[in-house]
Amino acid sequence: MSRLVTAGVTASRRRPVLVGVGCVVLALGIALASLEPGSLFTSMTSADVFVFEQLLLPRVLIALLAGASLALSGAVFQSLTRNPLGSPDVLGFTQGAATGALVGVTVLGGATLVVAGSAWIGAVASAALVYLIARRGGVTGGPRLVLVGIGVAAMLGGVNDYLITRANISDAAQAALWITGSLDGSTWSGVVLLAAAAAILMPPLILASRALRIFEMGEDLAVGLGLRTELLRLSALAAAVVLAATAASQTGPVAFVALCAPHVARRLTRASGPNLVPSALVGAVLLVAADWLARYAIPDRELPVGAVTGLLGGGYLAFLLAQQRRTGRI
Amino acid sequence: MQPNHASGPASRLAARRLTISYTHRTVVRELDLEIPDGSFTVLIGPNGCGKSTVLRALARVLKPSGGEVFLDGTPIAGLPSRHVARTVGLLPQAPITPDGITVAELVARGRYPHQGPLRRESPEDRRVVERCLEQTGIGDLAARPMAELSGGQRQRAWIAMALAQDTELLLLDEPTTYLDLAHQMDVLDLCARLHRDGRTVVAVLHDLNQAARYATHLIAMRDGAILAAGPPATTLTADLVQQAFDLPARIIEDPESGTPLVIPRVHR
Ligand SMILES: Nc1ncnc2c1ncn2[C@@H]1O[C@H](COP(=O)(O)OP(=O)(O)OP(=O)(O)O)[C@@H](O)[C@H]1O
Ligand SMILES: [Mg+2]
Repeated sequence: MSRLVTAGVTASRRRPVLVGVGCVVLALGIALASLEPGSLFTSMTSADVFVFEQLLLPRVLIALLAGASLALSGAVFQSLTRNPLGSPDVLGFTQGAATGALVGVTVLGGATLVVAGSAWIGAVASAALVYLIARRGGVTGGPRLVLVGIGVAAMLGGVNDYLITRANISDAAQAALWITGSLDGSTWSGVVLLAAAAAILMPPLILASRALRIFEMGEDLAVGLGLRTELLRLSALAAAVVLAATAASQTGPVAFVALCAPHVARRLTRASGPNLVPSALVGAVLLVAADWLARYAIPDRELPVGAVTGLLGGGYLAFLLAQQRRTGRI
Repeated sequence: MQPNHASGPASRLAARRLTISYTHRTVVRELDLEIPDGSFTVLIGPNGCGKSTVLRALARVLKPSGGEVFLDGTPIAGLPSRHVARTVGLLPQAPITPDGITVAELVARGRYPHQGPLRRESPEDRRVVERCLEQTGIGDLAARPMAELSGGQRQRAWIAMALAQDTELLLLDEPTTYLDLAHQMDVLDLCARLHRDGRTVVAVLHDLNQAARYATHLIAMRDGAILAAGPPATTLTADLVQQAFDLPARIIEDPESGTPLVIPRVHR
């Protein structure tokens, strides 16, 4: 009996650790492969050194950090909305970031730093707007948040379409590439920014795992167990949005990483709860792998990484949901 | 501090002039309610009369629009949430089962208010979880996923989770739904045992005869108000059943326990 209890609890604790280790190995392996280690051993020209230090290395590091940030944020959203389709997009995140970026490109001149900053502001502002509209009497029900988010996203989508029709061709192309998500503009300052955001925001979110687990059991039980649900909702939403917005300011709102990685993680760990750390690690793997594919899938032609994650992640998610549907889950 | 005899409640858990509204509809109006200390209180009443609503307000899950719930003489709204969670436990009528969770994990979540933000499961937590699994007769299901259990097995796992919270006051909303008759009796016997061991137990039940047999204190509700409260032997009358449920019935003595037995009249 006692053995059974222990088995019931520990069986589900060993897998996440294995999955985590597997992800780290995989992420580092792909990252190393992306760095084209072959060239390190041959004599490098100074141009090669420049490419390696200033283009390749920051690009891989940004892929790892942004993938982990977006995925962790997605896992937090799925937990907070108690909805398997949760992601920062629930708060109109992509549309808000796109509005910001479009304003940056068309109105503010389109410098990289300006676009990143205005996209960040757009994403955070639209999320705050959705939260404030959905909040009523100090309470923000999960479904209400999702519904208000859909409405605000639709409105911002209209604004975006208008801005694109007003833009000249090259501005529109720059904005479209940004919205799809791309690692082309990766710089060391971007790496520092993402690393700082991760170092500040990830630990408290990961510490909130236990509270999120209780939160998932529904408002009544969570409050009954002493959880201050509205405080958790507000602080975790804010941290997750800022984390995702910072990642997106460097890469664009790379499609599906936030939505998809937590599902892959859950599928691998088979653990209950928000699965935050495995999700972040899966996200990192997903984005470096997608970037590697984006560069080498079609010879001499580089795809935007967001197109690859969209194709891969979207396809896998459809497969996963269809399968779970058949086995009666969800 | 001097207890205020004029208006202060006599029991640990009580409500004064409680008014509860959902969006625009007031469901409970100016309700005064007393849960006698050490009682096994059973709430009865027709569907939609506000039993769950009152229970949720008593556990501070619902914020009343008027009046106050008192825990140990203090307005419950002002107490630290963890203190409330260590004193009053609530099993809601329709709890959400998290995806992919095993029975043992679910029951262990009842320990949440006893754990710090960093502290993991203590040996004490594990002992309590084991005891609760045992008490609800699901020790052999501990490692099974909740999703693969029958409705009754799942219900018992939820009761075990509520027990694991280890509170002196325990509020159970329809703990016997989904259970076969034998397991209903098991759960009620368990409640009676908890009550004998000194806990105050409040349960919503739909079976009036079970309510009469197990309750030490009966509260009958209708339309958000209390019709009658007191020991079942004197409270559960044919009149009350008529008033509460619009059901003509005879009351005879339960040959097994001597408590009131409600026999609905045959419609002709
Ligand atoms: N979340 C809610 N929003 C709006 N109205 C609600 C909500 N929950 C309950 N109600 C209404 O409040 C009234 C009391 O509901 P409550 O759940 O307390 O009844 P109950 O006595 O527990 O019924 P049952 O025996 O069916 O469980 C009902 O009329 C119900 O429609
Ligand atoms: Mg009810």
